[in-house]
Amino acid sequence: MTVTVTGLVRRFGAATALDGVSFALAEGEFAALLGPSGSGKSTLLRILAGLEGSEAGEVRIAGRSMAGVPARARNIGVVFQNYALFRHMTIFENVAFGLRVRPRAARPDRAETARRVRELLQLVQIPELERRYPDQVSGGQRQRVALARALAIEPHLLLLDEPFGALDALVRRDVRRWLRGLHDRLGLTTLLVTHDQEEAMELADRVAVMERGRVVQFDPPAALLAAPATPFVAGFIGHAARLEGEVRAGVLRFGSLPLPPLRAALPDGPATAFLRPGAVVAEALAEAPGGAPPAAIELLRVTAEGERRAVLTLGGVTLEARLAPGSEARAARGAPCRLHIAGAQVFGAGGGRAEARPLRAAPVL
Amino acid sequence: MSAGTLPLPTRGVRVRAIPGFGLSLGITLLWLGLIVLLPLATLLVRPWELGLAGVWDSVTEPRVLAALRLSFGAALLAAAIDLPLGLLLAWAITRLRFPGRGLLDAAIDLPFALPTAVAGIALTALLAPNGWLGALLAAAFGWRIAFTPWGIVAALVFVGLPFVARTVEPVLRDTGPEAEEAAATLGASRPQTLARVVLPALWPALLAGFALAFARAVGEYGSVIFIAGNMPLVSEIAPLLIVVRLEQFDYAGAAAVGLAMLLLAFPVLLGLNLLQRALRRGRA
Amino acid sequence: MSERPGIADPAWVRALLAGAALLVGLLLLALPLAVVFAEALRRGWGVATAALADPDTLSAIRLTLLVAAITVPVNLVGGLAAAWCIAKHDFPGRRLLTTLIELPFSVSPVISGLVFVLLFGLQGWFGPWLQARDIQIVFALPGLVLATLFVTFPFVARTVLPLMQEQGRTEEEAAATLGASGWQVFRRVTLPNVQWALLSGVLLCNARAMGEFGAVSVVSGHIRGQTNTVPLHVEILYNEYQFAGAFAVAALLALLGLATLAAKTALERLTGRRLGEGTGDAA
Repeated sequence: MTVTVTGLVRRFGAATALDGVSFALAEGEFAALLGPSGSGKSTLLRILAGLEGSEAGEVRIAGRSMAGVPARARNIGVVFQNYALFRHMTIFENVAFGLRVRPRAARPDRAETARRVRELLQLVQIPELERRYPDQVSGGQRQRVALARALAIEPHLLLLDEPFGALDALVRRDVRRWLRGLHDRLGLTTLLVTHDQEEAMELADRVAVMERGRVVQFDPPAALLAAPATPFVAGFIGHAARLEGEVRAGVLRFGSLPLPPLRAALPDGPATAFLRPGAVVAEALAEAPGGAPPAAIELLRVTAEGERRAVLTLGGVTLEARLAPGSEARAARGAPCRLHIAGAQVFGAGGGRAEARPLRAAPVL
Repeated sequence: MSAGTLPLPTRGVRVRAIPGFGLSLGITLLWLGLIVLLPLATLLVRPWELGLAGVWDSVTEPRVLAALRLSFGAALLAAAIDLPLGLLLAWAITRLRFPGRGLLDAAIDLPFALPTAVAGIALTALLAPNGWLGALLAAAFGWRIAFTPWGIVAALVFVGLPFVARTVEPVLRDTGPEAEEAAATLGASRPQTLARVVLPALWPALLAGFALAFARAVGEYGSVIFIAGNMPLVSEIAPLLIVVRLEQFDYAGAAAVGLAMLLLAFPVLLGLNLLQRALRRGRA
Repeated sequence: MSERPGIADPAWVRALLAGAALLVGLLLLALPLAVVFAEALRRGWGVATAALADPDTLSAIRLTLLVAAITVPVNLVGGLAAAWCIAKHDFPGRRLLTTLIELPFSVSPVISGLVFVLLFGLQGWFGPWLQARDIQIVFALPGLVLATLFVTFPFVARTVLPLMQEQGRTEEEAAATLGASGWQVFRRVTLPNVQWALLSGVLLCNARAMGEFGAVSVVSGHIRGQTNTVPLHVEILYNEYQFAGAFAVAALLALLGLATLAAKTALERLTGRRLGEGTGDAA
């Protein structure tokens, strides 16, 4: 079903959780709501589910206004943060719950309920667990139960509230892929709430980035990286380092910092650049060059993928850089280095955005 | 984010996430109103039939003043005695291992479980001049407990004991030995640890237990009247005086004593509550 | 504790404390209980059983059972409704309501009886009206029931509420999103999660209902064979110097208390938490 949210406002005392949120989900889309904690994303999800009210604005699902429709009548499947499984019911009973509480006329009979529950447990690949209680299965299995329980009511819309938060890192990646595969088979409109950008970028067709109660950008993951709409998005996505500089005649310079100038199509004035770790290259030198004080490697770290990276502090900002090929042998703590920038997102003081490029191609790249 | 921790919303935007609120609140208010609030309202209203001066005269009769003094004095004394005893019991069942610990743990609730009339006649039999303990105390020290104000204190110590023990117990469990171990690694001696780490954490709970024991003791009737002797001006407690006035069909006078008891207990409990809060805040 | 050498008190200190605690337990808790049974059997089993089989005793037992059978269900429904709406819903005045529910615990039992005399007694607000219609409340069963309702009012709510609050609302919210009605959420999700605490609350409520003395004494009128409950019967026998009989009936009540205590302890072992009176924060 399509979902349209217009101008949602929600305050708690003096705090504004939602400050005019609008977006629309297409039929069958997998979208993610991404934001730091306190950005209002959980409140938004609770409003969609009918567990929370709003001061202004409207939610429409399949064109129908949800005003005054209680949670129990919305037919929205919710996978809660800690799954909220019924602890005194077996897994079978948990999944069957939504069918058993239907009004008598719409309630399937025992055999039909059992058939549907087993089918769902098959779908989430835990048919052998139906007699267990929630505290007798693992976190990943609990998540599957929560999903099966939410799917049992044949929802119009599936809401997932930080569903991977309770899983350890190893399981998380597998479960994510499996969940995406399941979505592709079922084609159910799905909204995922998360603070983990990797999760959002990997799973969702489109990601809505929330900042202080507003959706500031709602785009496919690639577009968020290539064309961030606001400095917040540029900083939040891709762990970019934020550096202040100055644009003069289409060239961005970083003052006294040992960084090369960049070509940036912005009007003259102060500007903010966002540098992603992968876009900065540190070329370790045998000895410090004359002139300006050079950059020095503060420490070296190894990424999960096995790549060595240099960590530096420039003007109080911590920056991560790849090591230039050929200079790895010289890279050591305290070693001087020359920095190259492959590209950066730059925002002018006037609000304009440009993709900055090096003045000349760096030889080592 | 759980809804319980959020402040209430600004305006009428609340959505009942969980259905069934209206009916349950309705039942609750009806139940509370009919069984508790309406009857208690009479206590606030009835005494004034005597007029302001009449109420004053009624509660300042020497017999009433003596009874109130006895009830409040004995209750405060008994609650104060319960403090170290309750702390000892709570400490023993949470921090020590010894044979009979489980039994002792269960026995702490005996004063809750024993009907007050049973406790009353049992304590009387125990402490009477010819009773097991009474004879002993009379022979050894020449003390007379039963049928004197000391008998009242003894009965009130009995009924109040579990309140202190059970209020302190969870705090003793929660503070656990970890904080004490931390203090030990920082070089504190055992007495220093007890004085600076353990006791400050316990004070709010001790006060809360004291307040509960006191509140219970002030109004206690069943366990006291058998042992008290019930001599006007000497060993007659305030609740008994209410019964006496009711038997004389002096409804307004009985209500006046009841109201006086509530009004006198209120500042004591309020003061204890404020002190408790101040201690908790000082710690946080 | 021996496994905590860093903070272990010397063995003699621990032994002294344990000994002192046991002594307090023995003198203050065990002896009064022992006295009840010793006195009951002082003149032998025959006298004790005769006192229990006395028609007045039997009618007192019947009355006590009847009073408990009426008050416990009423307070069960009311207490559950109160706990459910306080724990699972937001509304202004929640804390006030919690305080009001505990109110009867801080009121003297005698005052609990007194208020009903003030309402329904001969000179009570409704006294003349009731007398004109020949309805008797005070000095009759309804008065006993009302006074007992008042004093046992907080038990169920108090035992169940902390657990409900601790368990939060997410299971109920999940049930709501799955289409359950208010009753279905309560019956299928909330209730099973608090069943043992509820049982404990009902047992405590029942023990107090059967053992209440002060409040009932004020509204009873002490008419033998009619408005005499078991605890009141103990008083009458005692005041008539029938000590063996009084203690025999008292022993019956003590057994009820012990059984309640045992059941409560068993339930606490089962659920791994303290349930009931004296465990919460002070009002």
